[in-house]
Amino acid sequence: MAPSLSDVMTPDAAALAAAQKGEGRAPLKAGSPEHDLFTGLTRLGDNCLILGHRVSEWCGHAPVLEEDIALANMALDLIGQTQLWLGLAGEVEGRGRDADALAFRRDGWDFHNILLVERPNGDFGQTLMRQFLFDAWHAPMLKALEGSSDDRIAAIAQKAGKEVAYHIERSADLVIRLGDGTEESHARMQAALEALWGYAGEAFIADAVDTRLAEAGLMPAPESLRATFDETVNAVFAEAALTRPESDFAHKGGKQGRHSEHMGHLLTDMQWLQRAYPDAKW
Amino acid sequence: MVRPALEQVWDWLGEVPDPEIPVISLTDLGIIRDVAWDDDTLVVTVTPTYSGCPATSVINFEIEKKLRDEGVGQLRLERQLTPPWTTDWIKPQAREALKAYGIAPPIDGTAADGVLAGRISRLSGQSNLAVECPRCGSTKTEKVSQFGSTPCKAAYRCTDCLEPFDYFKCI
Repeated sequence: MAPSLSDVMTPDAAALAAAQKGEGRAPLKAGSPEHDLFTGLTRLGDNCLILGHRVSEWCGHAPVLEEDIALANMALDLIGQTQLWLGLAGEVEGRGRDADALAFRRDGWDFHNILLVERPNGDFGQTLMRQFLFDAWHAPMLKALEGSSDDRIAAIAQKAGKEVAYHIERSADLVIRLGDGTEESHARMQAALEALWGYAGEAFIADAVDTRLAEAGLMPAPESLRATFDETVNAVFAEAALTRPESDFAHKGGKQGRHSEHMGHLLTDMQWLQRAYPDAKW
Repeated sequence: MVRPALEQVWDWLGEVPDPEIPVISLTDLGIIRDVAWDDDTLVVTVTPTYSGCPATSVINFEIEKKLRDEGVGQLRLERQLTPPWTTDWIKPQAREALKAYGIAPPIDGTAADGVLAGRISRLSGQSNLAVECPRCGSTKTEKVSQFGSTPCKAAYRCTDCLEPFDYFKCI
């Protein structure tokens, strides 16, 4: 009998997983130290993956060639970091899922990135502001992770931190140049800030998983990074002639897998090939 | 089986060019961290330059190809992340080769550190690193973009001879 359309289009996830090492292993138990660590690592990896994908959407579309190349290279750094974080997450989980399996065969509710990184690109100003707000959290986060009690986490953080130091330098530089630029560029940067500010705070809000990871010395308490973030953004906004919005209200849910309507569209685009042709190679 | 001397293996690896910058070798770049025998298996430890560098898999392939060509039968490549790669490990002769190839070599000690407060004045000003133009040697150069043709380079322009060039940025 010829396979039905849904058979062709929907990979048998269970068979795929069983084909790899760790088959039949039960999922990690929620609340266990392994599950906490897995969740924490997917939060780190998913932030890099989703932002990396978003930034890569600019490839061939940026306003000038140099920025097109810069955006593609930043996306490359982020995807490289994703491979390290999700690779380790798969190792911790021990069910045979590697970085690719985690990136391409999870559904939206299993992604733990903050809502900020899934915001659509908007105009160049919004893309840059999103990057800057992310970098201003990411740089001190990695710095703190260098002190993780888990050597594997510290090693990745040290590696990624060197790259992210250049990310924040670039995004801060451009936020200043455009914020303090022409009337048009200033207006766009201020509008971008107002549109995105409500998504900047989620990274600093702890849940039970964060708290347990912090207690175990594996990852820093999210709120401990807020002061450095505030110092960075305040200094850059002052130079950029931008006004920080008064309210620090933060949309949240992404870290727990509750995403905005944009996430499904992004995943459809990003996962299509691996869903349609699992383990495709070229 | 005969195990070639480790010095010999290092020499062989020194003949493998970097796939993106073929004027320097993998050992010049400082990414081969260790070469050792584990019984009859040769273990080559490699550290990535940038975590997303697309050349990484090509580099691993080239290492394997070279050593197999030299007759090494059993081989294992290992990845090592710490200490993370730094441009300080690029050998002096390779810096000259980079320059002759048109890429300004890294200026040691100028890596971005991610600590932004102290850099705000620099960011908002016009100042740049005094990167020497690899064509005419002028230091009147300006940064066009923090990211050049690859993640490890920045795009610069010489304001004297007007030549655009890559600067191998410090990391």
